Amino acid sequence: MNRRPPEPVQVVKQRRDAALTALAGRVPYIRFLNISFDRRGDELTGVLNYDDKLIGNPELPALHGGVTAAFLEVTAIITLSWGLLWEDVESGVLTLDALEAGELPRLPKTIDFTVDYLRSGLPRDAYARAHVTRSGRRYASVRAEAWQDNHDRPIAQAHAHFLMPRKEG
Amino acid sequence: MQVDKTELAREFINLVPQARALQLEITEIHDGIAVIRMPYDPALVGDPDTGVIHGGAVSTLMDTCGGAATMSHPSNPGGTATISLRIDYLRAATPGQAIVARAECHHVTRSVAFVRATAHDDDPDNPVATATGTFTVEGAT
Repeated sequence: MNRRPPEPVQVVKQRRDAALTALAGRVPYIRFLNISFDRRGDELTGVLNYDDKLIGNPELPALHGGVTAAFLEVTAIITLSWGLLWEDVESGVLTLDALEAGELPRLPKTIDFTVDYLRSGLPRDAYARAHVTRSGRRYASVRAEAWQDNHDRPIAQAHAHFLMPRKEG
Repeated sequence: MQVDKTELAREFINLVPQARALQLEITEIHDGIAVIRMPYDPALVGDPDTGVIHGGAVSTLMDTCGGAATMSHPSNPGGTATISLRIDYLRAATPGQAIVARAECHHVTRSVAFVRATAHDDDPDNPVATATGTFTVEGAT
């Protein structure tokens, strides 16, 4: 009995990155805010790439609170979806061709979203990570936090509930 | 000549880059009440399968509207910042329709303004979202 040799690293990376690009890349609002995702293994960090149009208080200046909330919500949704997708990407159930053709599960729907503002957002890039506290068959509970220069000085935190997409078949 | 407060607020919101990016328009503002309209824009879609606007854009609309309501309250002398905001998404907004938020600053202390808001599309009797928020009261000693 021969064990299957592990896949070459570039094949694994290519499939994972294609899944992430397919997931986040097809949402117009993520492009509107110019949010990208850094991936290390299965861990995602959202990056809000600074642009002058994200400002909400031109006098300070500071990021719009709504943008910070939206950034946290986007990071929460993509992290939650990524968790659902991960196993199928790893097992090869979702092929590269299928991903590129946009064959992805539906996105979770936000039920409620609560954001606490801790510091004003400076006019520069921001980062966010979401932690899925529970991902059930119908509902999910997610925490998220955003920071800029220092991870231990968060600018906002959020918690939210989501309605999960129905599994087909 | 009396300066129109709504006109002033419109000019003010035009100076906010993110409000301009979302094409937000103040249609009413007085005594702790603000109404702001966000036109439908395909760039704001959050679910490409349905064309429904992303909740994040609704957050920005609600936050802007809550802040405007707070600033228009007679007992709030200065600007404001959001302390917290909670939004409940009651249903998906109908694709192609503008979303209108109405916020009411219903209570103000020396330090905190309390706000309630609702948002609807073309069906005003069937809101798409409700929100509650707390905002800072500036200029307080």
